[in-house]
Amino acid sequence: MVDLKNVKYIKLKIKRRDNPSSPSYWQEFHIPYRPNMNIVSALMEIRKNPVTADGQQVNPVVWECNCLEEVCGACTMLINGVPRQACAALTDKLIEKYGDRPIQLEPLTKFPVIRDLMIDRSKMFDNLKRVHAWVRVDGSWAIGRGPRLSEKDQSIAYEISHCMTCGCCLEACPNYNSKSDFVGPNAIAQVRMFNMHAIGRTQADERLEALTAKGGIQDCGNSQNCKQVCPKHINLTAHIAAMNRQANAYVLKNFLDK
Amino acid sequence: MEKTRVVVVGGGLAGLMSTLKITEKDIHVDLISLVPVKRSHSVCAQGGVNAALDTKGEHDSVDQHFYDTIYGGDFLANQTPVKGLVENAPGIIYAMDRMGVMFTRTSEGLLDLRRFGGVKNRRTAFAGATTGQQLLYALDEQVRYKEVLGLVTKYENWEMIDLLIDDNGVCKGVVAQNLATMEIKDFVADAVVIATGGAGMIYGRSTNSIINTGSAAAILYQHGIPYANGEFVQIHPTAMPGDDKLRLMSESARGDGARVWTYKDGKPWYFLEERYPTYGNLVPRDIAAREIYDVCVNMGLGVDGKNQVYLDLSHLPTEYLDRRLKGIMDIYQTFYGDDPRKVPMKIFPAVHYFMGGIHVDWNHQTKIPGLFAAGECDYMYHGANRLGANSLLSAMYSGTVCGPSVVKYVSGLNATAAETIGNLAELTVKKQQAEHEKLTKMEGKENPYKLHDEMSDIMYRNATIVRINKNLEETDVKLQEFQERWHNINITDFGGYSNQTVMYVRQLRGMMDLARVIVGGALRRNESRGSHYKPEFPKRDDENFLKTTLATYKNGAPEFSWEEVDISLLKPVERKY
Repeated sequence: MVDLKNVKYIKLKIKRRDNPSSPSYWQEFHIPYRPNMNIVSALMEIRKNPVTADGQQVNPVVWECNCLEEVCGACTMLINGVPRQACAALTDKLIEKYGDRPIQLEPLTKFPVIRDLMIDRSKMFDNLKRVHAWVRVDGSWAIGRGPRLSEKDQSIAYEISHCMTCGCCLEACPNYNSKSDFVGPNAIAQVRMFNMHAIGRTQADERLEALTAKGGIQDCGNSQNCKQVCPKHINLTAHIAAMNRQANAYVLKNFLDK
Repeated sequence: MEKTRVVVVGGGLAGLMSTLKITEKDIHVDLISLVPVKRSHSVCAQGGVNAALDTKGEHDSVDQHFYDTIYGGDFLANQTPVKGLVENAPGIIYAMDRMGVMFTRTSEGLLDLRRFGGVKNRRTAFAGATTGQQLLYALDEQVRYKEVLGLVTKYENWEMIDLLIDDNGVCKGVVAQNLATMEIKDFVADAVVIATGGAGMIYGRSTNSIINTGSAAAILYQHGIPYANGEFVQIHPTAMPGDDKLRLMSESARGDGARVWTYKDGKPWYFLEERYPTYGNLVPRDIAAREIYDVCVNMGLGVDGKNQVYLDLSHLPTEYLDRRLKGIMDIYQTFYGDDPRKVPMKIFPAVHYFMGGIHVDWNHQTKIPGLFAAGECDYMYHGANRLGANSLLSAMYSGTVCGPSVVKYVSGLNATAAETIGNLAELTVKKQQAEHEKLTKMEGKENPYKLHDEMSDIMYRNATIVRINKNLEETDVKLQEFQERWHNINITDFGGYSNQTVMYVRQLRGMMDLARVIVGGALRRNESRGSHYKPEFPKRDDENFLKTTLATYKNGAPEFSWEEVDISLLKPVERKY
């Protein structure tokens, strides 16, 4: 383990790209060591002095971030090859784990790159449309109390409702790529949540129809990578398994009803 | 007549609720947001949302919610709008429940309630300690459905950079810029809603998100729309100190039993419980923040000799904590390392919320017809201090007022903006394109991020918990120096695509303008009220200052005037806890 007392610089090796159609290239930056930093605060230091390790004045690195407390999902990137939020990636821990070599930052590979570490994840939001990820209510009016929900069901659904649509699970999923139709583990889990809600359940068939269509739950290869990388520790494989049961029952019912 | 078009700027709770209310009347909305709306700052709200549901046998009531809110706000909030807020709270919570918000439940399956600051009854509905995230996601889902129906077009990763206000002083839309391609485009509209949140970034590090620069509010201010009560900035008593951000540790921790303490004479000293026997750890935020500041700065009793005290949950059962507070305990553990279930958290006050904001009437319209504002960026509901868990409520409620106000306004128009705007849109786009060109060529000596650091340092020092006139005067002089130095910025990023620095330099100019509004308002208000505390004037002075401060932009500087506060329902009394 590296003794942080001997560390002089936080070294970042960053995969850069000027715009969506230009080639990518690597640059290294050395930031004077301070304790208790994270990848976002290190990138912020680069903005204040955008000079590479070999002394070249360059454009500051572009990345997305917002909440800085791992609830908005914006700052997701590959950090030493692992998809995770840059704000929650503490530099001291990274140096302790990987040693003094440069920390490697890359944009997620399954989404179009806009510039540097910034990516376009709009496909994830489109996939939420495909699976009807909403409760269709009569309106937002005050028409009285909502349905009752048991503490047990709430605790299952509440876990799912933490999903930030950050893209870690899709990055890790071997069955998802930028060209695939697969809705992805996050969208499948969302369906479970909506199908548990007393009003949402009345519209369960629409969502199951989407999950059993092309690009649906059958595209899951059960590699279980998604669960490993989910920053919110959502038990994605359990939720996918539960949805498999619902989807099978739905298909069988449709077959018997014919 | 052409089709009616409405623009909503901002996709947090207030913007999404406004959008929902407008689209429910089949009027199309262009929704402009700096980030995908699901990543808006509302996700950071933790502890809950107030509504007098009275399900705990404590005889809670709408009247009591009204009283607590007005009293907690030190009588500076207009009372008629606050009445609307508290009366409609239960209906809003129930509607959100129907939309699928995973609120924490009782054993009977009803919404559980917890206690919050400045309140004696349990009135706060919650979803663990991630209530803002859960509420935002539910509205995000509802608006996504409206998008599928063709009633909403989202412009995510776009930033509003100017307003379209015609010669008659009527709002006809906005101009916005694409944050990837840098394209500048007009959005001609019959009405515009600004729902762009607070401006914590003026102070650099705060509990706010990176996008909370107040830049949109500053644009309205620069167009002559008054900014009200700017000096009232809430300092949250319990945030974890950090290098890049001061992360909120929700008031719900104290609501659920956490105790604040430090060592005195070698023994734990529960100073809030000792000094405020009735409310204890749940005194309102302004008071708790001042007490923690006093204990650390004036008495020198901070933990480990630093500016920090303990927020202690470690005496409570783990299962109870995991069910109710996991969200914040995870944040603390991720960013600090210690497990709050086992050892006390270390916290210190941090800039958190803007009670002040864009001046609007009770229908949420600004003085410009067709231009509306809702949510934290307005000034309406919290007076001189906001009670915890009233912000999620006011964000949503203001949307339920603003949306229908917009519908009413556009229904009364004889012609659409598109028919009457002339060449205003074209000219404004050209003007902003020229401005953009100019910004991209700034080759001075100042790094904009370092300049911002300097500004936020002095703002933190002089315009937070304790305010002293001499320091405020000095700060205002400094701010004018920063405004001069802004012209000498070096843009550092000369890329033509997704240039964040150019946008940031625009925002920085707005932050400087609003900083002067905060400081100027604070300087002129020679009293202590709610979050605004001056040791030189320690008492509230209703005779001279029971007034809303209005800052109006004149020749590049704020000009101050005052407006009467509506106290038609509750006579001001001294505020004591």
